[in-house]
Amino acid sequence: MTEILIKNGFVVDPRNKINCEKMDIAIKDNKIVQKVNEKQAHIIDASGLTVMAGGVDIHSHIAGAEVNTGRIIRPEDHYKDPVRKTSITRAGTGYSIPSTFVTGYRYAEMGYTSVFNGSIAPMKAKHAHEELNDIPLLDKGTYILTGDWWFVLENLAKNDIDECARLVSWLIYSTKGYSIKVVNPGGLESWGFGRNVHSIDDPVPNFCVTPREIMRGLIKVNKKLNMPHTIHLHTNNLGVPGNYQTTLDTMKALEDLSTDGKPVAHITHVQFACFKGENWRKFKSGAEDIAKYMNAHTHITLDMGQVTFSDTTTMTADGPFEFSLYELGGHLKWVNSDVETESSGGIIPFHYKRNSPVNALQWSIGLELALLIKDPWKIFMTTDHPNGGPFYDYPKVLAWLYSKKAREATLKKCHKSARKKSLLPSIDRELTLYEIAIMTRAGTAQALGLPNKGHLGVGADADVAVFNINPETLDIAQKFRTARKAFASAVYTIKDGIIVAKDGQIVNSQVPGRTIWVDAQTKDPCRIDDDMKRKFKEYWTIEYENYPVTDHYVKVSDKLTIKASV
Amino acid sequence: MNKTINNVVCPICGCLCDDLEVTVENNEIIKMKNGCAVCEAKMVHGYKSDERILKPLIRKDGKLVPVSMDEAIKKAAQILTDAKYPLLFGWSSTVSEAQRIGVELAEELGSALDNCCSVCHGPSVMATQEIGIPAATLGQIRHRADLIVYWACNPWASHPRHVERYTAFTDGRFEGSEWKNYMQRLRADSGRKKMEMASKRIARVEPPIKPQVCFTGPPPQMLERKSGRKVIVVDVRKTMTAEAADYFLQIEPNRDYEVIEALRCLVLDQELDVDKVGGIPIDTLRDVADAMMSCGFGVIYFGLGMTQSLGRFRNIEIAIALARDLNRKTKFVISPMRGHFNVTGANNVFAWQTGYPFAIDFSQGYPQFNPGENTAVDLLRRGDNDATLIISADPGAHFPSVIMQNMMKHPLITINPDMNAISRLGDVVFPAQWCGIEYSGTAYRMDTVPLTLKKVVEAPPGILTDEELLTRILKEVRAIKVKRGEPVGQGEVKLAHPDKVKAPQACKAPAKPKRAKKGKGAA
Amino acid sequence: MEQKLRATLITGRTIEQGVGKEKGKGSEEYYTSCAVCFFDKSDMLALGIKNGSIVRVTSKYGSVIVRAQKYRWGVMTGMVFMPVGSWANVICGDETFNMGMPLFRGFPVEVEPAPDQSVLTLDELLMQQFGRNSV
Repeated sequence: MTEILIKNGFVVDPRNKINCEKMDIAIKDNKIVQKVNEKQAHIIDASGLTVMAGGVDIHSHIAGAEVNTGRIIRPEDHYKDPVRKTSITRAGTGYSIPSTFVTGYRYAEMGYTSVFNGSIAPMKAKHAHEELNDIPLLDKGTYILTGDWWFVLENLAKNDIDECARLVSWLIYSTKGYSIKVVNPGGLESWGFGRNVHSIDDPVPNFCVTPREIMRGLIKVNKKLNMPHTIHLHTNNLGVPGNYQTTLDTMKALEDLSTDGKPVAHITHVQFACFKGENWRKFKSGAEDIAKYMNAHTHITLDMGQVTFSDTTTMTADGPFEFSLYELGGHLKWVNSDVETESSGGIIPFHYKRNSPVNALQWSIGLELALLIKDPWKIFMTTDHPNGGPFYDYPKVLAWLYSKKAREATLKKCHKSARKKSLLPSIDRELTLYEIAIMTRAGTAQALGLPNKGHLGVGADADVAVFNINPETLDIAQKFRTARKAFASAVYTIKDGIIVAKDGQIVNSQVPGRTIWVDAQTKDPCRIDDDMKRKFKEYWTIEYENYPVTDHYVKVSDKLTIKASV
Repeated sequence: MNKTINNVVCPICGCLCDDLEVTVENNEIIKMKNGCAVCEAKMVHGYKSDERILKPLIRKDGKLVPVSMDEAIKKAAQILTDAKYPLLFGWSSTVSEAQRIGVELAEELGSALDNCCSVCHGPSVMATQEIGIPAATLGQIRHRADLIVYWACNPWASHPRHVERYTAFTDGRFEGSEWKNYMQRLRADSGRKKMEMASKRIARVEPPIKPQVCFTGPPPQMLERKSGRKVIVVDVRKTMTAEAADYFLQIEPNRDYEVIEALRCLVLDQELDVDKVGGIPIDTLRDVADAMMSCGFGVIYFGLGMTQSLGRFRNIEIAIALARDLNRKTKFVISPMRGHFNVTGANNVFAWQTGYPFAIDFSQGYPQFNPGENTAVDLLRRGDNDATLIISADPGAHFPSVIMQNMMKHPLITINPDMNAISRLGDVVFPAQWCGIEYSGTAYRMDTVPLTLKKVVEAPPGILTDEELLTRILKEVRAIKVKRGEPVGQGEVKLAHPDKVKAPQACKAPAKPKRAKKGKGAA
Repeated sequence: MEQKLRATLITGRTIEQGVGKEKGKGSEEYYTSCAVCFFDKSDMLALGIKNGSIVRVTSKYGSVIVRAQKYRWGVMTGMVFMPVGSWANVICGDETFNMGMPLFRGFPVEVEPAPDQSVLTLDELLMQQFGRNSV
């Protein structure tokens, strides 16, 4: 039994509307409590330090077949960053796709305690869970690629939402997933024969259904299942110049589905979906248009997918996108990995350079979006690790957000055409600690539907991060480097009531972290009869019985049971 | 008394067929349905043969003597910790749960860690590291592929159900099975053969030797017009797989690179000034190139004939480059025919824990990767390591003897369920349970699809699983190291009070003779 | 007359070897399926051997006695094929070209009839090669 008292810190807890107030935070076991016995408790003197809830990352590719193939094909990436074994931590390698243990350690060092995995193909879900088990110190969840699952396509073509909901509930349950992920709806199936869809109304070959119908259908399914998170959407035409129009079309197409003003979809790594101009030469930022729309609507949340100028590895289930990236030329390695009946995938190592007009403008677009969208509860901070840059660049991204000076310092080094096109010089907004806490913790936890995460109220999980930032004496916008250093190595990271990192070093690696997954119970369970099993046999090369992820694959299970309304 | 277990996963080759029906009576498998001949040999006979090791053995005065499990574990741990630079090799026929412990053990020992991949598809992995790979899961082939190329592999012998379950002879959503056509051809063929035999008997004349390029199916010009799936086999010798193909190219040994390069040229519309490449006339290659370009979804499966021939990973690299070029014209994928049932898993487990798929060296306290230096055969060849642990593999039957002779100079620990060639040579010989028969676990199919192996019978008493055995060895190794006052890994760390923890202590690299590092990377 | 055949060695899997290895390395099946060398018909004629004749296969790295067998699927003049296994290993090389993969196939060997020799069993072979076995 552990009791910890964090005394006199400046607490930033947007969910409970606490903004840099001097308070004590009491922890008993793995929960935040009203108070603890000061004599028994371990006291952390946090005077002059900022106390926040543990970070919650809404979109990061940390595990799964795709990620691991990325690891396998990039030894040159690991050579740069070997991690020695210590008496506490395991050895590994880092950089753009760190090994599993290193992933856990480095997130914890930055004060992150929960990370949600970008996407996995259901058929390879066991692999992802095996990797998640090897990522210590973090609570994890994973999104399941559902958008091009044949059963979904077939039922949506018939417009049978209820049956589709039952099947999706079975799918999420049996892959131990957290939410519905839709990647380039319809495009992945088209990629099976080397094609793609180019607008939200392009029909999917062989399946009489359009991306619009897939997205709308799955939002309806998501609502019927009462899932904690909205659908997690990677839009069509990602990474194609002029695609901001597709993104706007997508957002407009989903407008009427939100009845109570709550979000119905989370569009992820929106920076890649915010390109204006008809080709790469005329490449421009579409951030203003998207921001204008977002400021007027509430049915969508976004995350940035910020580019951070590093040698990284792009990986996505969007196979056709990676192929078009490969076609642009200059890429030595290209991996394509189709998954029968449900998905595709691709990997390309990519170096974002400041002196590339396109890359530099991409950098600008991400920041423009985050700054032009007024409400921080609508857009969250990610780099779409490792697509825009590895997650250890988060402190850099934060610095660009809270300091105009930091932005100017980087913009100065960017390609001149990007400098000319960038809207950043006209933006004076500098985020406060309060807003940063929303974009990295409170907002993401709310969007994910996690009531016990992202805040420090009584009853919340005892996931706490303490940073060496004194809001009374440190002007983060001016001294952005000091604050950036503080965000890079938390003074304390507490996971489940145990101090796991101190001064940016791991002191305990034995906290495994839980795997959070959803069991949306429908009124009639999904009927898997002989006919269905026969279909399974025809659709997949593995048997129905061998498809689901058993409990064996979830080391520490945290099941969210939900009553569905279908 | 007997019960039937359905959908059992076959723990033999990279196909991991998961539709076996196994009948068990009195804790013994008596019948198996759906599997191939190799599967039957293992599941019904092999696993319970007299070759099974039932007790740990230690070699004393040249003879293997049964000992207790504790003694064997102590002895093994002693050998491993005494050694300056042990080699842990194998891992391809065990479950990924055990492979994970294996990485931890290697890390604790500061040893070399390699898996069977380095003598089968290691070059394929290296080629992937050079230029990536456009791949697909097997079902994608079943549903969509209308052109299947088997290059330098013989699935009929090494992956007996590959054709039937995943490629030419299976019914997919968009492509049908070629089984009927094949049967018709076979009947016509056998008629022809009977005629030949008869004429031979009458005239006593040998039938003429067939030319190098054999057209088992329709003549080349008809390849394009043939409907349904087409199968092309390229190999240095005609095999049973080639017999079933529409088109067979017999190329000269070690000439894969040239032939593929020529195909690439043809695909990219370049003229070739030679008549023949690798023994194949250019016109024939043009037919193949046309078939590749005009298909809707094509696939190349390649085997050890490529990875073990001259050129090694460069052969694979050029084949992947061909598949990439073809993607500009149509959809094309390429995949290795991985051999053991979980060699793909070994690559994956090693990669997610260390960043590297094989050929890993922990001597510096962090993982290093350099195939050609840290690969098992090279280590043994130079005689760098001074103890060896072999788990679930049989280098006794699959390493050249010259290499094995170097291994035998130092203590050898083996973990295998049965008395295979390497166990016969071991100094400490552990028994193990059969994974996929006596205990369950995860294995990765050749296309990285994970499947759960099933437990169908109980293991003989006293025999541990690979995972348990490795965990106990690891524990013993740590105990010995603690006794010697050396820092050990996290397993032993107890936190008294969170704030009193000292900064983590870096584990020093064990004293190991410094070796000159060669150039980095595979290339 | 002593006759020698120079050929390129190819090693590989056969279904019989697969069955043999799964039945057990000491099994009769493994012995009969692995301690063999496949020849093209014309090469057999030239060498004056028949199905089941005993031959010696020699490479730069070693020499092994196996049984000859006719290759039934097609023509492979100038090539000999041996199933992977302990017998083929004796003549395989250790050269890896710094790529981790030893010489398993595609290198020259010499074959000669050896009618008065006997094909060693696995245990005998291991004893001969490494001086130890399970007995």
